[in-house]
Amino acid sequence: MSALSRMPAAPADLLVTGAHVLDPRTDLDRRIDVLVRGGEIAELGEGLAAPEGVETVDAGGTHLLPAFVDPHVHLRVPGQEHKEDIETGTRAAAAGGFCAIIGMPNTAPPIDSASVLRSVADLAGVHARVPVGFLAAATVGQRGQSLTEMAELRDAGALGFTDDGLPIASANMLRRALQYQKLCGGVVALHEEDPTLSGEGVMHEGAVSALLGLAGIPSISESTMIARDAAIAAYEDGRIHIQHLSAEASVEAVAAAKAAGVRLTAEVTPHHLTLTEEDVRGLDTAMKFNPPARAESDRLALLEALRDGTIDCLGTDHAPHAPHEKEVPFEEALMGTTGLETAFAALNTFLIEPGVLPLGLVVERLTAGGALFGLPVPRIAVGEPANLALVALDRVWRPVEAGYESRSENSCFHERELRGRVLMTVAAGAVAYRERTFALSAA
Amino acid sequence: MMHLLSIEPLTRDEIERILDRADSFAEVSGREIKKVPALRGRTVVNLFYESSTRTSSSFDLAAKRLSADVVSVRSAGSAVDKGESLKDTIQTLSAYDPAAIVIRSPHVGAAELVTRWTPAAVVNAGDGKHEHPTQALLDVYTLRHKLGSLEGRSIWIVGDVAHSRVARSNILAFRKLGAEVTVCGPPTLLPRGIEALGCKVAYNLDDGLAGADVVYALRMQRERMTEAFVPSLREYAERYQIDGRRLQPRQILMHPGPVNRGVELAPEVIDSPQAAIAAQVQAGVVVRMAVLYELLAHDPEPASGQADLSQRLTPQPA
Repeated sequence: MSALSRMPAAPADLLVTGAHVLDPRTDLDRRIDVLVRGGEIAELGEGLAAPEGVETVDAGGTHLLPAFVDPHVHLRVPGQEHKEDIETGTRAAAAGGFCAIIGMPNTAPPIDSASVLRSVADLAGVHARVPVGFLAAATVGQRGQSLTEMAELRDAGALGFTDDGLPIASANMLRRALQYQKLCGGVVALHEEDPTLSGEGVMHEGAVSALLGLAGIPSISESTMIARDAAIAAYEDGRIHIQHLSAEASVEAVAAAKAAGVRLTAEVTPHHLTLTEEDVRGLDTAMKFNPPARAESDRLALLEALRDGTIDCLGTDHAPHAPHEKEVPFEEALMGTTGLETAFAALNTFLIEPGVLPLGLVVERLTAGGALFGLPVPRIAVGEPANLALVALDRVWRPVEAGYESRSENSCFHERELRGRVLMTVAAGAVAYRERTFALSAA
Repeated sequence: MMHLLSIEPLTRDEIERILDRADSFAEVSGREIKKVPALRGRTVVNLFYESSTRTSSSFDLAAKRLSADVVSVRSAGSAVDKGESLKDTIQTLSAYDPAAIVIRSPHVGAAELVTRWTPAAVVNAGDGKHEHPTQALLDVYTLRHKLGSLEGRSIWIVGDVAHSRVARSNILAFRKLGAEVTVCGPPTLLPRGIEALGCKVAYNLDDGLAGADVVYALRMQRERMTEAFVPSLREYAERYQIDGRRLQPRQILMHPGPVNRGVELAPEVIDSPQAAIAAQVQAGVVVRMAVLYELLAHDPEPASGQADLSQRLTPQPA
């Protein structure tokens, strides 16, 4: 079966005129018209006319980008549909400009067998607004005791394996998974955390945790596990992906492993690039996620690593939770922030506009995550499937006022004023999202 | 001041205003009838999610001496036991229209959360390992009486700082009133980054305890040993216990209670003239009266119509 599932959707026939088209991979960075026929990019050029029956979208100088791919999304199906389901989660993805996402297996029950994987893929085939692929659990029940049936899971479409939400605490268990990887393939994605160092921690260990009296999660909890797992991957020639990097020491561990030729890639979230322990001072439970927002020096190291390619891609770690799971004391609150709908706007507001990162680099990293798991990279070129995000960089909005497509509202940017709004998303050749107030003119 | 959630945002003036008011209530506590009508007809809810003797009883007494109606709710035997969320409990209790909710919780920030769910004034009676502001206020009240002023004084806080809300509030309060603060304990029990609160860090009592004006010992909980924070209570006591040899005659000894005799304090110092432990407990009532008064009495209920302080301080006919 195909690795990606989505609901049936009509191929788009669109002419986007007047957009500033930017795709770092095809060296596009200028005002040009884009014609989509039957879901494929049919023509790029100036002054294109809409053929009969093709809708014209007047972009009015807004930006047309290759749509994003999120390698790290919690869709909460099966078992936690009060937080999110396939429809709401993929609607959120489409609203955020994503044309494909990868779902994590830490559900209830976990996606640790081919039958569970097939059932969620079947649901996605009916409800998903954008194509969805899944990672399967690396160990049965994510308990770290025995390997899942990795080969059968791969045959059933698993893009890779992860116990995300939890580390693979046993070094030997990771070694076994990487040995088995030689048989079946599939990247092993790792949530790096030493549980003996994290303990009961609920935020970054540092000056703010000392002030608040909250148990801290030290940065070495992450970095020592990365160093350990890189050594195991080197020994087994395994392919690993490090999820949601948070610390400067972790960046150093990834850089050292890459320099040594270890086959590993790394990901960072928009919230770790924009927030620090200072944002936790007010004990807003929307700021509680794992790994935690760390010190400013960590944030700066993550930015530099994203810039120089030590970190390969952006992923949101979209982690929806219901109000009653967050409207509790900080220590009791579940960890996680939503991210799909705010990812681009947060990056644009806090990093691109202030000149910290160039737009082209952010677009490159926002579209790179899927390829690490074998998915095609969205590109704006003739003959490619249309995966497009139309974005107004200067549009100001606040999530708390705009509301969410996601079922959950636990966004760490909930109250912030953001700039940059996705107006339309075309995913795998079909229109997946249009902003409600976006005016269209018929051909 | 709307609420008392932590020492952190308070100014020196605000702290001193509360201490001055506590002085005026000390006079009331010396009377035969220890009651003033300041909060007559108003309700104070004491909500305690953790066991407590002195904090809960002194809040109870403080509210009663101000003539408030007091409702005490403890987690054991209440709806909390049945899994009711903090939010639902607060909204339920708020339906009784209390003027103030005093809350003790094992969770950091619980008091601040409560302010979102009730129109009542909220007093933090201890939130996890974060803060215990009324303890800090009664401690500075006690010290002001013993020393006159804290300005330039050296205060050593000794013991398990990592797990102590008292330590956090007191470091902040002592610093705001001009004292120099040193925290001393085993490195495993001093949180990384604690210097950010404006204190110095020492690992050995020999590194300057003798020069301190005040020795503030913290409670050392027995669980800390099983959690591998210290190898044994014996070694802890050996290195960090305040005993007759370490405590100087001119020093003031304080402890938030309850004391582990023979662990953080040797028996001889508990009963020594330097010990201010009983004075701390006495201060607890008048300081908490001052806090409740500060939060509630300046905003008189329209019905009572008696805003005048002197009138409110008039003894109530029995």
